[in-house]
Amino acid sequence: MSGKFFGLLVGMITVVSSAFFVLHTWWLPPDISRLGHGVDHQLNETMIGTGLLFIAGQLVLAVFVWIYGSKNETRKIKFFPGGGAVMVTFAIVIVGIEILVLTFVGSKVWASIYIDPPPANAMQIDVSAEQFAFYFRYPGPDGKFGATHPELANDGNGNFFGLDPMNDVAARDDIVVATLTVPVNRPIVLTMHSKDMIHSFYVPALRLQQDIVPGLTIPVHFTATKEGRYEIVCTQLCGLGHYNMRAFLDVVSQTDFDQWLKSQSGD
Amino acid sequence: MDEASAQPAVHHHAPPQGFIRKNVFSLDHKVIGLQYYGLALAAVFIGMVLSWLMRLHLGWPSLAIPGLDKLTANGAPGGIMTPEYYLSLMTMHGTIMVFFVLTNAPLAGFGNYFLPIQVGAEDMAFPRFNMMSFWVTLTAFLVLIAAFFVSDGPPISGWTAYAPLSAVGGDAGPGQALGQTLWAVSIAIFCIGQLLGSLNFIATTLDLRTKGMSLARMPFSTWAWFVTAIIGLLAFAVLLPACVLLILDRVAGTSFFLPAGLVVSDKLQPHSGGSPLLWQHLFWFFGHPEVYIAILPSIGIVCHILPSFLRKNILGGTRTVVSSLVAFGFLSYMVWGHHMFLSGMNPFSAILFSVPTLIITIPATILTLLLLGSIYGAKVRFDSPALFCLGFISVFISGGISGFFLAQPSIDIYLHATYFVVAHFHFVMAVAAIFGIFAGTYFWAPKMFGRMMNETLAKWHFWLTFIGVYCIFMPMHYIGLAGNVRRYAAFTDDYLTPLIPVHKFMTIAALCTGAVQLIFLYNLFHTRFWGKKAPDNPWESTTLEWSTPSSPPPFDNFGGKHPVVYRPPYEFVEGGTTDFLMQTSPGEAAAD
Amino acid sequence: MQKKYVVLAALGLAVSSAHVLLGSPAKPAGSAVITGKVSYSGTPPKMKPIDMSKEPVCAKEHNPPDKTQNVVTGDTDALQWVVVYISAGDQGGAAPSAPVRFDQKGCMYLPHVLAMEVDQPLEIYSNDPVAHNIHPMPKINNEWNKSQPPGSPPIQTKWDKPEFIPVKCNIHPWMHGYFAVLRTSHYDITGEDGKFSLKGLPPGKYTVTAWQEQYGSQSQEVTITAGETKTVNFVFKVLPYSF
Repeated sequence: MSGKFFGLLVGMITVVSSAFFVLHTWWLPPDISRLGHGVDHQLNETMIGTGLLFIAGQLVLAVFVWIYGSKNETRKIKFFPGGGAVMVTFAIVIVGIEILVLTFVGSKVWASIYIDPPPANAMQIDVSAEQFAFYFRYPGPDGKFGATHPELANDGNGNFFGLDPMNDVAARDDIVVATLTVPVNRPIVLTMHSKDMIHSFYVPALRLQQDIVPGLTIPVHFTATKEGRYEIVCTQLCGLGHYNMRAFLDVVSQTDFDQWLKSQSGD
Repeated sequence: MDEASAQPAVHHHAPPQGFIRKNVFSLDHKVIGLQYYGLALAAVFIGMVLSWLMRLHLGWPSLAIPGLDKLTANGAPGGIMTPEYYLSLMTMHGTIMVFFVLTNAPLAGFGNYFLPIQVGAEDMAFPRFNMMSFWVTLTAFLVLIAAFFVSDGPPISGWTAYAPLSAVGGDAGPGQALGQTLWAVSIAIFCIGQLLGSLNFIATTLDLRTKGMSLARMPFSTWAWFVTAIIGLLAFAVLLPACVLLILDRVAGTSFFLPAGLVVSDKLQPHSGGSPLLWQHLFWFFGHPEVYIAILPSIGIVCHILPSFLRKNILGGTRTVVSSLVAFGFLSYMVWGHHMFLSGMNPFSAILFSVPTLIITIPATILTLLLLGSIYGAKVRFDSPALFCLGFISVFISGGISGFFLAQPSIDIYLHATYFVVAHFHFVMAVAAIFGIFAGTYFWAPKMFGRMMNETLAKWHFWLTFIGVYCIFMPMHYIGLAGNVRRYAAFTDDYLTPLIPVHKFMTIAALCTGAVQLIFLYNLFHTRFWGKKAPDNPWESTTLEWSTPSSPPPFDNFGGKHPVVYRPPYEFVEGGTTDFLMQTSPGEAAAD
Repeated sequence: MQKKYVVLAALGLAVSSAHVLLGSPAKPAGSAVITGKVSYSGTPPKMKPIDMSKEPVCAKEHNPPDKTQNVVTGDTDALQWVVVYISAGDQGGAAPSAPVRFDQKGCMYLPHVLAMEVDQPLEIYSNDPVAHNIHPMPKINNEWNKSQPPGSPPIQTKWDKPEFIPVKCNIHPWMHGYFAVLRTSHYDITGEDGKFSLKGLPPGKYTVTAWQEQYGSQSQEVTITAGETKTVNFVFKVLPYSF
């Protein structure tokens, strides 16, 4: 009785859980990046491979418990044919192959995003993360970023990057904003700094995530392939306002971007 | 090493006199084991209440919880939880559960009680160290709980306490002043307790096995405790200095984890030269083995219990199971960087760490398949210990599968710090490891208390809990795939708002499943004092703990005698009056 | 003409009797006034627009966006948000029991600079549907911060030492303000016209100080007689960049 109930329950749990995965009831947002399809492909392959293992494992459990849980005093004890050696072999071979394939393909995806250098015409945008907002800096018409001085940082004045325009001419035209605006289909390099804690830059739609560590300058690159407004959220616990730390990524046409840039410089 | 240890117990201590010596400051490993178990029980209920408060807030953020403003100094004005209060509950929940529940109950609790008995010894090798280890652990617990009562509140940096948030001090935010220091002190004290415990487990296993108890004849649970103790020795030996360095950064102006130029709360911090990543390396070098410390004893306990309810040994026997446990433990030291794929360390190292992380799925798969294969051809008995063991297999599969995703850096880019990770570790730790503890409790209660636990209540406990945990933790995979970030006190982002109904569902499931645990608590206490008297070997098991002259065993476990072991554990035969052979029954042993 | 004096005398009588009845220290109510204007010289810095997009419910309350407020200029060369107060000489009465009010609305602090006396009750209200965590950062008073999730009651507090205390929000980095905690009851804050007026002063010698958050303090000494109105102007030299 217990055996059948257990088997049924595990079977039901398996079917219901798997259904939500297969039906994509809750799923990744559409990918809008040049390199994101590699991540999605890897995820889908793993989903299929491990999904089969999940379903097989749970159903074997369910079936075995159903069958061998039945009350039958005369039944003789049996041993799995081949004994432990079969299991060891199966695990090493099947899981081993899966690991090799996934590592080989996955490493290439990983390298394309984090190891390969960005394309030559990438536009550099400076990023400063702090408790609890992201700020973005464009170099302005002079094409040069001003130097940053942590001791000059002052949120009340809007000096999020600690610039010194009085004495540093390159800093005078730097454009500092709280929204990341980029032209579509243009490679972007973000140089990321943190003022205080470890933060993290996560754009689900770009399949991009990177911790921002104080004391380090960490570059990431991406190319957005679809116009629209997407969310950037902080994923590394940085204090009480962590849940509220976000910014928007505006992907616009090249023309709109040029116009936006000009309007910022005028201010 | 097949040579049985011919040494009798080295330490004899006289039977304890008086209430204090017998029940409070006891040298008896059985009392110490129960003390650890009791501490874990108190801790798990505190940890669970914290999680209910967290989940209530996540489902209904503007809910005013009556009485919450009395519980905390300034964390809940009008009963409405502030973001920092949510984070402090989360930090304390994780810390209490990982350290004081999962490292306590299956290892220090059951291990202390049963390891000496299972190897045929009178007590642990160092009874005084053993007693000290419990009181040190209790002190650590009290120091941690003290953080609830300081004016600035408990720390908010998570159980992982990443620097600079944990190292800067009060400027970093509420809870990060005295609360965080108390946390670091508590964990440092806890490390000392664990190291003392590990020494005892290892020395006892190697030196105090009774005649005929070769290493190959030890039960799976003893092997698991032994391997776990070795892992713990190396892991906690790294966490202790890491906590000391953290405390120094906080109070002595050092800069182990703090670089120059930090501006926190508009104040330029005076530190320079340190690296936040150093903390992560030190913490995860401990932290990954730690989570294997949390699961290994439960795997051992399940492998130990199941044969009695299958009436056959685990497939592959001692050699295969123990080799897998050892491989699992050994590899756990090579994978810590998989918590740091996106941390800013060299991206090549991500590939390097992901390889052993994926390889570790092999011993885990072997163990799962051995368990599954053992059911084939078995004669399953469905008493409550068995149900929890079978349930363990299901949830261990579920928890392990999500590991496949997170082990790959390319997928971790998307899933890191989402609820997918939360789903993974809760399935393996909060469910699978806990199921091992439940199985152990129902299995060993007749031996520890001399009484049988109520089977009807136990079965209700199992079925409702099994359904409940799937309802709580399976949906976390889905919202993780949707990009739901973890450690958020509220879900105000546009893309997260559609997921709030799922959070509400999980909250209700959590509250219901939590309420079900009261059945277990009631059963446990009722049994302890008024349960039906238990026979000496109610499950018809083979190992040494079932051959003690009484239940509970006398103070020296075997009543002045040293048992002699003639055969390996889990020997079952067909035909004859009984279908099992105790380790102490003489006659021809099957090949070891 | 006669009627006005009678009314004034009656009022004065009423006020002093009220003082006696209410038991506040016997300080004769004065009638002198120090008035003036605070202006700037030089090219003032351009204030930056505040991007509140991370908190849309606040962002939509400010269209076009508000600007930073560290140097706010007014009509012609007027300088706003300057606290002008008596820093030496007659200090005025004991702290009033009526509270002063600080609001968080649309993710901005209102007013930008709030003046109050030592030990005067301060009430901090949060009117937004989002959580704020107000964090005053004094150097000599006690530092604290407190979260106010939506629906929480106002914070009741006070300061026991005079100080210009910067205030920020731990959750919304652009929110900045000041508490000007003063020993004197004679103070004023300049508005768009840059003008201030310190009334009800007894005759005597005073030091009048003007404090601006970016450019610090300036003081001038003034001697006044009963009923006199004296003009004291302040000019702050500004720079084209405030950072």
